[in-house]
Amino acid sequence: MALVIPKETYSGKIYNVQLGSGAKAVTIGGASALPFLGFEGTFPNRPAVALEVMDIAPDDWPETLKKAIGSAGSNPVQWAKFCQQSGADMVALRLMGTHPDQKNKSPEEAAKIAAEVAAAIDIPLMILGSGHAEKDTQVLQAAAAATRGKNCAIGKAVEENYKTVAAAAMANDHKLIAMSQLDVNLAKQLNILLTQMGFDKERIIMDPMSSALGYGLEYTYSVMERIRLAALLQNDPMMQTPIVCDIGANVWKVKETMASDAEMPEWGGLEDRALAWESVTASAMITAGADMLIMRHPGAAAKAKEVISELMG
Amino acid sequence: MALSGVEIFKHLPKTNCKKCGHPTCLAFAMKLAAKQASLDACPDASDDAKKILGESAAPPIRDITLGVGDKAVKVGGEICMFRHEKKFFNPNVFAVAIKASEAGDVAAKKIEAVKTSEIDRVGQKLRVDAIAVTDEGGDAAKFAAVVKQVVDGVPGVPLILVSKNPATIEAGIALCADKRPLIYAATAENAEAMAKIAKEKKASLAVFADGLDALTALSEKVKALGVEDLVLDSGARKAKDMIEHFTIMRRAAIKKNFKPLGYPIITFATRDNSVSEAVTAAIGTMKYASIIILNNVEKWKMLALLSLRQNIYTDPQVPMQVAQNVYKVGDAKDNSPLLITTNFSLSYFIVRGEVENSKVPSWLAVMDNEGLSVLTAWAAGKFTASKIAQFITESGADKNVSHKELIIPGYVAVLSGALEEKLPGWKITVGPREANQLPTFLKARA
Ligand code: B12
Ligand code: SF4
Repeated sequence: MALVIPKETYSGKIYNVQLGSGAKAVTIGGASALPFLGFEGTFPNRPAVALEVMDIAPDDWPETLKKAIGSAGSNPVQWAKFCQQSGADMVALRLMGTHPDQKNKSPEEAAKIAAEVAAAIDIPLMILGSGHAEKDTQVLQAAAAATRGKNCAIGKAVEENYKTVAAAAMANDHKLIAMSQLDVNLAKQLNILLTQMGFDKERIIMDPMSSALGYGLEYTYSVMERIRLAALLQNDPMMQTPIVCDIGANVWKVKETMASDAEMPEWGGLEDRALAWESVTASAMITAGADMLIMRHPGAAAKAKEVISELMG
Repeated sequence: MALSGVEIFKHLPKTNCKKCGHPTCLAFAMKLAAKQASLDACPDASDDAKKILGESAAPPIRDITLGVGDKAVKVGGEICMFRHEKKFFNPNVFAVAIKASEAGDVAAKKIEAVKTSEIDRVGQKLRVDAIAVTDEGGDAAKFAAVVKQVVDGVPGVPLILVSKNPATIEAGIALCADKRPLIYAATAENAEAMAKIAKEKKASLAVFADGLDALTALSEKVKALGVEDLVLDSGARKAKDMIEHFTIMRRAAIKKNFKPLGYPIITFATRDNSVSEAVTAAIGTMKYASIIILNNVEKWKMLALLSLRQNIYTDPQVPMQVAQNVYKVGDAKDNSPLLITTNFSLSYFIVRGEVENSKVPSWLAVMDNEGLSVLTAWAAGKFTASKIAQFITESGADKNVSHKELIIPGYVAVLSGALEEKLPGWKITVGPREANQLPTFLKARA
């Protein structure tokens, strides 16, 4: 019996979304088949790896991570430059300091930092709010205006605030990150709502909501696989937006990235363990179809880029 | 090919005796076709029927067992491409490679690593499943020495004997013939000799060929030589080739019922850099490899890989859960603290572990929320003040303690007011948000 390679016929394709401008601009998406199946489709763009920066010092980040970032963490501009030097494709600025439970920084302060960071790097920028749906509307509006022309990704637009956040991205020519909660239908619904208000679907990046290895990773993994199947096999235009996975924030709060060797001798050394935790989480998300990753440890980001190179062939 | 319900029905006794638990033979046939029943349930099925239906019921990917006894592992037997379609059934095996040249100290270290590899994660015991002794220098005596070292060091652990030289395999298998090892591998050059050994020793046999066409041909040839328990290696080592080859193999087997590729997949994810090895092995776990061989099995690496495997192989329809109960942690007395969490296995085991770490004997009330985590259950309206209050009184949790204080998870602090209303006379204490702060919290109160 000779093997006839069983191929799928895909009718859909993932949109190309460009971020930033000039020589270091990044384009994500474009896949015409399930992840990395080169025998039945093309993958014009490699998944992009963004390193995360905050507008406040990473005081509550685990030691391993703080050590990897070093003194750069004390200043967002320096920190962003450090990420660029570490080989990141993008910088993800999370305006955590604006959260009412954090420093409750004003939208103006946040906008100023966003503009400074944007000016300091030549790789593309992603601007994320603190996750406080209400405050994020003002913060992201100000930050989007302050970085106009930089072709950033702004987010996250969620069910509670998508109108304002999308309007801010639209008015300032940015791309939009839209997050739903681990559910194929909710992800689609949010994209529909956004297009209904006139937002171009080819400017959306979908965040299906990430989780860390060992802590719900399988939910994200399967939701992503189902989104990709709907996009490619069923040609559903509302599912054809590229996918971003915000993994660093999830990975670096679990015990596996924090417990010392003495506390958990059966888990092996903390440094390697923590690095592996973020790297393996990244590997899983890339395999499931992530077009963009937000990571925290430069060493883990390098490993993610290594896997991506191997997968792109 | 899978048979339809009506085709299956033709082979059943047609007496409608109901012994199978179904009202008619036809109803039972439908269940068989949907793979929701097993022919064993019909006591009157003829041997002929068993043979025909057994073949049709065989999973598209053969399942193979490595080793014997309580450490034996089963791989293969998968029926779907994506875990959300049904589930992935038989978790892949992680095996560490010990080279013949590592006989002695290095081998001893790796054997020790395997011996002490077991971890308990979310109520499951996970470990390095097998050892692959690899012959690189072609010295049969050295190879046999390592096999002996392994058999003596960790007697129950399944073995994979890796050599392209039949004489070397003979030397190794002589030391573990009764342990159902896997022989790696039959190649175009040695297929007859390897098949002969596998048949004689009742071992399973890996088939190696470079590329899928060559592999298809060789797999058919080895099967024709009389070996049934095969595993396949297409030579894919780079991540891209792994995903492509393994997807084609799985698809051909499952969707086209293409028998030559309907066997478990074996691959070497070995890399010089250990984190690189972890991320590559991870891809094997997600994308259909059944046996993954590693150079090293450091504890930190195995924690990540075994956790990933556990994630990928859980049932997507039913979250892992524990029974609703009031669990006694340590030597709890009636004045010990009473804490509440949900019955999602992950939540329960994390919280229980941290309560144990605190060394403060406690009662842990675990409420049935259909296996949802604390916040998910709360968001889904299944961990509300009234439901918790009802559970506390009905479960008898309040009988275990002489006090009336309940510690709730920090993430659901908002529930405390309503809970005090629903549980008159009770004091509701908001615990820390993350379980890893529980030891400090509990010790400070003790
Ligand atoms: C995986 C997941 C799911 C899975 C379910 C997994 C499961 N079996 O529970 C699915 C996809 C089904 C799901 C669904 C939903 N989810 Co959900 N989900 C998650 C996710 C990503 C991880 C949850 C998890 O497994 N956590 C790990 C466990 C161990 O955490 P835990 O039980 O809370 O336990 C920790 C602490 O609470 C503490 N603890 C536990 N018990 C106790 C006890 C005491 C005494 C103490 C002191 C501490 C303590 O210790 C643990 C470790 O620190 C979280 C986001 C996140 N990253 O946390 C969202 C999250 C919980 N989900 C959320 C929501 C809203 C939903 C949905 C309503 C949305 C929807 N899609 O419709 C549904 C509801 C489900 C339904 N209708 O049936 C929200 C809840 C928001 C909120 N604050 O209310 C979250 C927080 C996401 C978010 N940021 O918006 N979800
Ligand atoms: S037990 Fe067998 S014979 Fe009896 S009803 Fe069921 S299928 Fe038919």
